[in-house]
Amino acid sequence: MNQVFSLIFAPEFGYSVLRVTTPIMFATLGALISDKAGVMNIALEGIMLISALTGVVFSALTGSSGVGLLAAVLAGGLAGLFLAYCALKLKTDIILSGIALNLMASGGTVFALFLIAGDKGISSSLASKVLPKLTIPGISSIPVLGTMLSGHNVLTYVAFLMVAATFVFLYRTPLGLRIRAVGENPNAAASVGIGVTKIQYLALTLSGMMAGFGGAYMSMGYVSWFSKNMTAGRGFIAMAAEAMGGATPLGSMLTSLLFGFFDALSNTLQLMKIPSEFVNMLPYAATVIGLVLYTVQKTRKERLARESAGAAPAVTGATAGKKE
Amino acid sequence: MDELLRMEGITKVYPNGIVANKNVDFSVRAGEIHGLVGENGAGKSTLMKILFGLNQAEEGRITLEGKEIRVDSPYAAIGHGIGMVHQHFMLVPSLTAAENLVMGLEPRKGLYLDLQAAIRTTEELGKKYNLIVDPRAAVRDLSVGIKQRLEILKALHRGAKILILDEPTAVLTPQETEELFSQLKLLREQGNTIVFISHKLNEIKELCDRVTIMRSGTVQGTFDVASVDEKDISRLMVGRDVILEVQKGPARPAGAVLKVRGLTVLDRFKKRAVDGVSFSVRRGEILGVAGVEGNGQGELVEAITGLGSFSSGTIAVDGESVAGMSIRRIRDAGVCHVPEDRMTYGCAAALGVEANLMSCNHDSPEYTGPVFLKGKAIRANSRRLVEEYAIKCSSPEQEVGMLSGGNIQKVVVAREFSSGPSLIVADQPTRGIDVGATEFIRSRLVELRDEGAAVLLVSADLNEVMELSDSLIVMYGGRIRAYVPDAKAVSEEELGLYMLGLKNQTPEEIARVVHD
Repeated sequence: MNQVFSLIFAPEFGYSVLRVTTPIMFATLGALISDKAGVMNIALEGIMLISALTGVVFSALTGSSGVGLLAAVLAGGLAGLFLAYCALKLKTDIILSGIALNLMASGGTVFALFLIAGDKGISSSLASKVLPKLTIPGISSIPVLGTMLSGHNVLTYVAFLMVAATFVFLYRTPLGLRIRAVGENPNAAASVGIGVTKIQYLALTLSGMMAGFGGAYMSMGYVSWFSKNMTAGRGFIAMAAEAMGGATPLGSMLTSLLFGFFDALSNTLQLMKIPSEFVNMLPYAATVIGLVLYTVQKTRKERLARESAGAAPAVTGATAGKKE
Repeated sequence: MDELLRMEGITKVYPNGIVANKNVDFSVRAGEIHGLVGENGAGKSTLMKILFGLNQAEEGRITLEGKEIRVDSPYAAIGHGIGMVHQHFMLVPSLTAAENLVMGLEPRKGLYLDLQAAIRTTEELGKKYNLIVDPRAAVRDLSVGIKQRLEILKALHRGAKILILDEPTAVLTPQETEELFSQLKLLREQGNTIVFISHKLNEIKELCDRVTIMRSGTVQGTFDVASVDEKDISRLMVGRDVILEVQKGPARPAGAVLKVRGLTVLDRFKKRAVDGVSFSVRRGEILGVAGVEGNGQGELVEAITGLGSFSSGTIAVDGESVAGMSIRRIRDAGVCHVPEDRMTYGCAAALGVEANLMSCNHDSPEYTGPVFLKGKAIRANSRRLVEEYAIKCSSPEQEVGMLSGGNIQKVVVAREFSSGPSLIVADQPTRGIDVGATEFIRSRLVELRDEGAAVLLVSADLNEVMELSDSLIVMYGGRIRAYVPDAKAVSEEELGLYMLGLKNQTPEEIARVVHD
């Protein structure tokens, strides 16, 4: 046990938490933006995979990690747009379309990898690039903090900046106001001339781009290759993190870090004599427990709110919308 | 006054074949408050939706100040200065009042939303029209009256000169209604034109300059309000003289069906919502429960019908205690319930009329075989009830949610009344429905009474409890404050004193409602 604690309280563990939180955080922000617009992007997982592969392929083709990143983000945006097209234009069920996109990405990326690199498991034959790590002058020399905060992949810093950017975007810009209005009461938004579908297209595309960043990080930062199903459920964990974070940017960041913590913990514990199957389960078990705790607390809060509001007022116009 | 807006030859046929508007002409003068009245389903909302661009007419034209305009979306309507305040508010609950006001027309500061400007706009507009709203408050925290005020401001902010209000008073308290009326009159003085949809004739009389009356998709006429009285209007609305008074013979009460003794119901805060109430309802009588809403009537009904529990006392139907009984068993004991909230407890809106009509008999051998439903019997039953209760629907399979409020209530009432009840618990049975359906339901209740059912009628509509009941109890603060053996013998003023807790009968007087 002492060994566990000494591993957790090492500054390297803090570094590792931030490292594994990064992809979850991007995806969580993606979930947040689409959720705010009232469209559920369940395809984050698949979009991350697509972007991860796209990043590897384009960075290998051009020899530039920057181009790889750009391509990954664009691919994510396109995948989000495709989901929007299916759900909003062709009127498919967005959950089913999202599941289809996930399954397609799971097999499709392997297929594409085989066509491009002749490999079915890992892209090691491609000379893909990795995004640079940043050493932050000033911070890097502080003893414990420096080890934790400095020397991360550039996308890790971008992820934290994205939290702030998402906050400003959603709460301080006209477009953000429209997204929130569309998600909460589309009729109200439409009644003042806001194009509900247009906003939802945009939100799903932005959501896909966020997942694109996450995917790019997976294959060009977290590791330096693409491998089959490498996102390993992070897209779904992100959806849990978004819900638990109360659908706010700051909350989403904190819950992403929580899941990152368990992810890092499972990585660390693998060094010890604990069955790896058990250890691998940890992040997902944490997700389930987290969601249960979140729901319990939310239900209680709602009940309190209802009670403090007193007896519910009589519903008089209950039928009103339906008449004539 | 000049004619501002004219709708000519408007015809609207819905995809399901219902003709909602037939060659309708409608015109509004500048600076007037124009009432638009009609029963539910008469086509007034459809007409206004066409004017506001929510529906497109098959035929007809709209002219504004003599020029023909095309209104193919609400956005286009707003562009022409036509604004609408819907019954269901078009507001986003988590946003502030100011954010809701500027939504779609956001003031900008560079890339950002200029929240300060939004707040200023809300305050300035509010002052100008005497429609004060706290710009920083989240809409979910505002009262219904304030939300409505914000909706009016929203329309004005978008440059509305013609304001359509769809039954605005249906959700308001009397005080709020009064306030709204003075605000609307102020708007009129400032040169705005208002179309006021309602089916409360006294409101039309008080507020409007002219009134247009619609019935089954056609216009019956437009009049100066001063030159017609309420009876004229109601005759044109339903095509005959509405008997505003319920016609019924004297009650011949027999033995008590429902016996409630010392009933106490605790609410969520462990407060006594119903506090030691005792009364009886006898066969062949309608016992009305008068009172301002929220004085224990809801909890009382829930306890009797099994929807809620009670903490002490007894409730017996035909001598059998209902304590601990399931709703199913209470119903089987002969209790039927017309619930206050018909969309939640009264029907399944997404199911058809037929399914709703048999929903309390789904397990009776009459309609259900060992495996399959008996389609023929179900169909025969629904056809009979649709006819008997004059439910207007395109077919027995039509979704109940697509019907008008009055027809939905008729479906509920048809199902409940046809179960051969010995006790009918009718909670606000005619709230928010049109005059025709109201009259129909009231006279059915009287018929059932004459056939020997006991009726417990809870209604916030004073006119209804006084007219329909044979005897009355008044509830205030969870207790019975008065018993009136003959509902005809009490004045509105006196009831008001009991309802507001200003006057109480002695316990002996109240105890007369307990019949053993």
